[in-house]
Amino acid sequence: MNEDLFRVENLFISFGGLRAVDNVNFTVKKETIFSIIGPNGAGKTTIFNCINGLYNPDSGRVLFKGEDITGIKPHKVAMKGIARTFQNIELFSRMTTMENLMLGRHLHMKTGILSGATFFRRKSRAALEEIKHRERVEHIIDLLDLQYARNQFVGSLPYGTQKLIELGRALALEPELLLLDEPSAGMNTEEKQDLIFWIKDIQDELGVTILLIEHDMRMVMDISDRILAINFGKPIGEGAPEEIQNNPEVLQAYLGEDELTNAAS
Amino acid sequence: MFLQLIVSGISIGSIYALVALAMVIIYKTSEVPNFAQGEMAMLSTFVAFMLLASFGQPFVISFAGALVFAVVLGVFLEFVFLRRAKDPNVLSLILITLGFEMMIYGVASWKWGAEQQSFPFPVSDFDIVNLGPAVVSYLNIVTLLVTLFLMFILFLFFRYTKVGIAMKATQQNMLAARINGIRANRILSITWGMSSLIGAVAGMMLAPIATLDPNLMLDPLLKGFASAVLGGMTTLVGSALGGYILGIIETLFGGYISLQFKSIVAFLIIVLVLCFKPSGLFAKHYVRRV
Repeated sequence: MNEDLFRVENLFISFGGLRAVDNVNFTVKKETIFSIIGPNGAGKTTIFNCINGLYNPDSGRVLFKGEDITGIKPHKVAMKGIARTFQNIELFSRMTTMENLMLGRHLHMKTGILSGATFFRRKSRAALEEIKHRERVEHIIDLLDLQYARNQFVGSLPYGTQKLIELGRALALEPELLLLDEPSAGMNTEEKQDLIFWIKDIQDELGVTILLIEHDMRMVMDISDRILAINFGKPIGEGAPEEIQNNPEVLQAYLGEDELTNAAS
Repeated sequence: MFLQLIVSGISIGSIYALVALAMVIIYKTSEVPNFAQGEMAMLSTFVAFMLLASFGQPFVISFAGALVFAVVLGVFLEFVFLRRAKDPNVLSLILITLGFEMMIYGVASWKWGAEQQSFPFPVSDFDIVNLGPAVVSYLNIVTLLVTLFLMFILFLFFRYTKVGIAMKATQQNMLAARINGIRANRILSITWGMSSLIGAVAGMMLAPIATLDPNLMLDPLLKGFASAVLGGMTTLVGSALGGYILGIIETLFGGYISLQFKSIVAFLIIVLVLCFKPSGLFAKHYVRRV
């Protein structure tokens, strides 16, 4: 529980003159939920993109299980055991839910044409592997209550369901670290409530460490073990939920200077 | 006469279908219509010709050699030129393919000259079978069979192999494919290799009917492109069907209306399709949510 799984050190990245991420540091302990909050455009998703290898940071290091993974290619990051969901859903929209989740298993599939062709039918290595992967995927489908959507094309499913499928696909990768980029965006109160349960479930059942970007403060305060607040790419506070709630800089960033001074006077 | 025209239409349609497939495979992964497709096929056909005529190799070795050359050529172009493009947009990638087109055309003209060679082929266009009132040559039959076989293999490939599924995933959403552990760059290389291979098959099936010179694929490329637009640039099956439809319409037009204006049909079709069903006859229209 107290082991460090993931650490970001002195991360900098700028686009043109804009410092999108400006000296961000944090450490995520194993099997905890760590949230990053901040106003729109604060650089939260940019941090995720740096972790994922979609952006190459100007300086700083990203360490996963003590290993430096800064600047390696996205598919290699996935191989290390880091999965992710996106703010705007990124699914394979012309495939079914099942196929989408099976693609999350892509990394774990070892069969090539040779081993598939050597033995026959159910006894073949390929068939045994396929069965193993399908079991795993069925488990995720059960966990997220996606049975009804199993064989439907994801492009035609409701928004909330698509968000869950994306979460499911990330889980299918069997990650040790799961990056969730605004999982509750666009959901109604009830769906948000369910999502909170699911995230807690996922953590209990699969022992995944979660790094979360979220705007819904109730949800963040409810499930996070630690929170990092950033504004204009700069960290403005880190700590347990209660500490963040009472941090004057965070309040200022969220409520604006005027209201804070009004409240003080 | 009608049946005869249909037979010829299907035969030339097979070539268009192959070119269309080759274009669509690349277009689907990178949204780039590859204008060098024809010249790549032409060059591979010349390699087969060189192995046959200059080195006296048997057909099997020459054709296999040309196909291997085609794959290497496709992967080479993608790896050496396209991948080096810095933050490319679609237009600049298209311009790069136009550059390839000119480069390859130049190389072929320099090496083999503009003179027209006859391409030896194991199956003759003059051995024929009577099919009711129509006449079908062995070459027609082989062309059709080879095309159908290739399509079947492609179908199996995209449906059942790990690389095929990874390719399909990359085509639908490259970002999601990458973060799920698929090497998108390698998939692009494979795409180019495959596409070049299919194009080379089209070139080698066409060369015995036409004559082999650097302009071999000029017309088929445009027709293949028209077929792909007709069937839908995003569907493999649709673009292949588009090839057959175009082939048949074109020969019927040539037979009944005007032989001189036969070539115009393809472009008329492009214009009509773009006006009335811009995503193609067989493509579902997908709009990406922004």
